[in-house]
Amino acid sequence: MMVAQARSVVLAGIAAVAAVMPSLALAAAEGGDTLPQFDSSTFATQLFWLTVSLVVFFIIMRNNALPKIEEALETRSRKIDDDLDKASGHREEAEAAMAAYEKALADAAEQAKAIHREVAEGIAESATARRTALAAKLAEDTKAAEARIIAAKEPALANLQDVAIEVVQEVAAKLAGLKVSGADAKAAVAASLKEKA
Amino acid sequence: MASPIEQFEIHTIIPIHIGGVDLSYTNSAFWMTISVAVASVFLALGARRRALVPGRWQVMTEMAYEFIANMVRVNVGDAGRRLFPYIFTLFMFILFGNLLGLIPGAFTYTSHIIVTLGLALTVFVAVTIVGIVKHGLHFFSFFVPSGVPALMMPLMIPIEIISYLSRPVSLSIRLFANMMAGHTMMKVFAGFVVPLGAATFGIGGLAPIAMDVALTGFELLVAFLQAYVFTVLTCLYLNDALHLH
Repeated sequence: MMVAQARSVVLAGIAAVAAVMPSLALAAAEGGDTLPQFDSSTFATQLFWLTVSLVVFFIIMRNNALPKIEEALETRSRKIDDDLDKASGHREEAEAAMAAYEKALADAAEQAKAIHREVAEGIAESATARRTALAAKLAEDTKAAEARIIAAKEPALANLQDVAIEVVQEVAAKLAGLKVSGADAKAAVAASLKEKA
Repeated sequence: MASPIEQFEIHTIIPIHIGGVDLSYTNSAFWMTISVAVASVFLALGARRRALVPGRWQVMTEMAYEFIANMVRVNVGDAGRRLFPYIFTLFMFILFGNLLGLIPGAFTYTSHIIVTLGLALTVFVAVTIVGIVKHGLHFFSFFVPSGVPALMMPLMIPIEIISYLSRPVSLSIRLFANMMAGHTMMKVFAGFVVPLGAATFGIGGLAPIAMDVALTGFELLVAFLQAYVFTVLTCLYLNDALHLH
């Protein structure tokens, strides 16, 4: 049912176009024998007003609109260039500051190292000095002690001779019943000592 | 029923006759005035603030400027800078004529051969003058194609001259024919709306209306495209005259 209706509508449409076509063609023919575009009587006025409009429009564009647009575009590109320049200037400054900071840091490290070295050297030096002094003192003490020993040895040795003489006298008296004089005993001890030496 | 051709008729609004020549202010002149006024307001007022950060309106004017400036830079080079204001004027005048002509009831002055021929002749004359100023008499070597045997010259030189002279003709006919054909077609389809609707209880009238809607979109494209083509060809002719082959 729907399809049939649609078909009848389309057919009616085609019929209407067919009916209208000749009248349209007729109307076109009646409208003018020639196109208005080829009516030379209007050429003069069209060219005249075209010239007037075009000249006025050209003057407005060249003296007003275009310079304004150009100015805006130029100002903007100049501003952008300036800003870029400024930004790169700031970056350079920042880089310089960074370099200065790094240099200060390196200097400080260097200085700290130098101080450290100095202090270490100072400590080492004083330690050496103290050690040397101690060694010298110890050597001195040793020497003094040795001297004292030597000093003590002499009387001890002399004492030992006296004891030996007495021992000789006693032994001779007890064993042989001899009375040995002090001088003889002394000579005998001396001789014995000499023999041993 | 109105003829599809009726829209192209010239009607006098203010009769002016000077020295026996009819220079009346007509509907064509009226729409030229409107075009110039609308385009001037759009461009001059849009750019008046010269803002660093442009608004929408200013962006449109700057885009129009950059569009034509790039076209001239690419096709002509820096030498084209001096003719840029005229090329820009030409583009805007044709574009606004084409676009405003699409308003129902408006008159499309670019659909008249005499107007497009006038525009093309200004290009022709300007290009020829630019070429002669730049190259002097050497400009006429333009008509002598390079790398052609001398025997062929009697044939080639007239062909080159004819092709040079036919430039304004093709330039004007292309624009005029496009505008006239588009507007005529729209009127023809519009003319079907009422008779078809009457015959089919209103339903059949929708088809030509839909067609006209599509055609209107298409004509917007053509309006822009033809202004663009006219301007690009102007740039190419200018480039030929400035940089002889």
